[in-house]
Amino acid sequence: MERNRDTSTGRSSTARNGTPAVDAEGLVYRFGNNIAVDGVDLEIAPGEIYGFLGPNGAGKTTTIRMLATLLRPDSGTARVFGHDVVSEGDAVRGRVSLTGQFASVDEDLTGKENLVLIARLLGHSRKGAKRRAGELLEAFGLADAAGRQVKTYSGGMRRRLDIAASIVVTPDLIFLDEPTTGLDPRSRNQVWDIVRSLASEGTTVLLTTQYLDEADQLADRIAVIDNGKVIAEGTPGELKGSVGSGVLRVRLRDPEARPEAERVLSQTLGVAVETPSDPVALLARVSDPERVSHALAELSRASIAVTDFALGQPSLDEVFLALTGRPAERSNTTEEEVA
Amino acid sequence: MTTPANTTHTIAEDALRSALASSKRPKRPNALSASLTFGWRAMLKIKHVPEQLFDAVGAPIMFTLLFTYLLGGAIAGSTGAYLQFLLPGILVQTVLLITAYTGVNINTDISKGIADRFRSLPVWRPSVLVGALLGDAARYTLASVIVLLLGLALGFRPEGGVIGVLLSVALILIFSFSLSWIWTMLGLTLRTPTSVLWVSTMIMFPLTFASNIFVDPKTMPGWLETAVGFNPITHLVTAVRGLMSGNVLMGEIGWLLVACAVLVAIFAPITMYLYGNKK
Repeated sequence: MERNRDTSTGRSSTARNGTPAVDAEGLVYRFGNNIAVDGVDLEIAPGEIYGFLGPNGAGKTTTIRMLATLLRPDSGTARVFGHDVVSEGDAVRGRVSLTGQFASVDEDLTGKENLVLIARLLGHSRKGAKRRAGELLEAFGLADAAGRQVKTYSGGMRRRLDIAASIVVTPDLIFLDEPTTGLDPRSRNQVWDIVRSLASEGTTVLLTTQYLDEADQLADRIAVIDNGKVIAEGTPGELKGSVGSGVLRVRLRDPEARPEAERVLSQTLGVAVETPSDPVALLARVSDPERVSHALAELSRASIAVTDFALGQPSLDEVFLALTGRPAERSNTTEEEVA
Repeated sequence: MTTPANTTHTIAEDALRSALASSKRPKRPNALSASLTFGWRAMLKIKHVPEQLFDAVGAPIMFTLLFTYLLGGAIAGSTGAYLQFLLPGILVQTVLLITAYTGVNINTDISKGIADRFRSLPVWRPSVLVGALLGDAARYTLASVIVLLLGLALGFRPEGGVIGVLLSVALILIFSFSLSWIWTMLGLTLRTPTSVLWVSTMIMFPLTFASNIFVDPKTMPGWLETAVGFNPITHLVTAVRGLMSGNVLMGEIGWLLVACAVLVAIFAPITMYLYGNKK
């Protein structure tokens, strides 16, 4: 696959050294007869935010678990800051942190105890561990909940604690596996802020997501993963360019006017217009958003009454449809998400 | 809470940045310190979820009372005489039955996802398990104290004195620690915490009953007496009875320590392999 290296991210730490943060070749992992990861190549520069985009069961989690030394690849090699994940696992673990898909904190313990535990395990003194825990709880807006058991936390608080636990010692590379899945929009924004701050302090971030929107907001580069393979890679701009930058949805007042509206839209937008089962709706994949206002004006000039219109980013499903010709669904769910 | 005036975010960006910038990587802890930290975690869990001690507190009381009064008259002629025979055995049974929780806990850690975090930390990998086993030792000690206090209250008199009793408990703890590696192995192999508990109970129940805990094996059919003689629990109980009554049976104790070493030598590496390669 052609790699589109984006050199314009402008991150100061990109130039920190020449060794890639992640350099993987031909990674393969099988669960029984099921190939979860099927020949993944990756090269992630230090300081970069790299997004894995794909549906459930695509192989995102399994790839991360191999890079974090939790799974041994069946074939292929991976190096993290030059250290082999199999033969130099301990050196890799000394550079990375993992925030798993399911909260990887102890629910029975308080927020503070969780952080002190990790800090002690990383070698902080008893006093240093308490100080560090306090600092992080403050920074993550958890100071008030520090003495409460984690099982009483909301989803967003749990996530933040989870990420805080991953940066007790600021890692050089952090894996965030679906960091915002299941969060409300406000908590999601908080996690995004944290990810951006991390990256601006020089930590390389590898995050997985099912949302194109999230990858677009955060990632410098994105790999789209499907059935264990990287099917596209590039900057969010490149990716969206290859997919069409958005979808225009229009609803008419009068279903009778739909054929005429379809003709007007396809002419002005220069693309095929779909007619979904909803009799007043029309849908078009737009490559050039500039033309949308023009197309809407044309509808108005043709005296076609529009009750509602929206120009949205393509959904993951639409990206998949464009890249693979089929929706982002898997007939069989692999064990990886539950194992 | 420090909330920037212009946003509703609870994340204080400045605090976050300074927190990120101020973290230097300290020197790695040694194996012992990491294990003790995991042991501390086990203590914290007991503090927050004291209900989990029920099996370490309730079961010993139940077993001691039940068997003493139910079987004492029939087996030894009087409950007092039977208690003198039974108590060391009940002590062993009580502790061994709750060793199963070691496997249950490790399985729970894995199904909850926290095991992934521990495994991705740059610490001596066995420390998670060793620490958990150290924490369990506290539970075993508690259970032992309860059985002994109850026994003393009911009239049990160890002729081996305080030292004999302490050595007995120490021997039981060493054996339990070694045996627990089997349960951690099961905890890493089986799917759910419940199945771990079930399987280990299915193994331990027959093993504790087909031993010399409740009756003298001489009263058993020949083939069973032979089988009971091979049961390591029989050796443990014999050694503990010896220590408590003031006879130090060096042969039995030596045999047990070798058995413990063998258990650890076989099951600790298997457990660590499974832990390192858990899917």
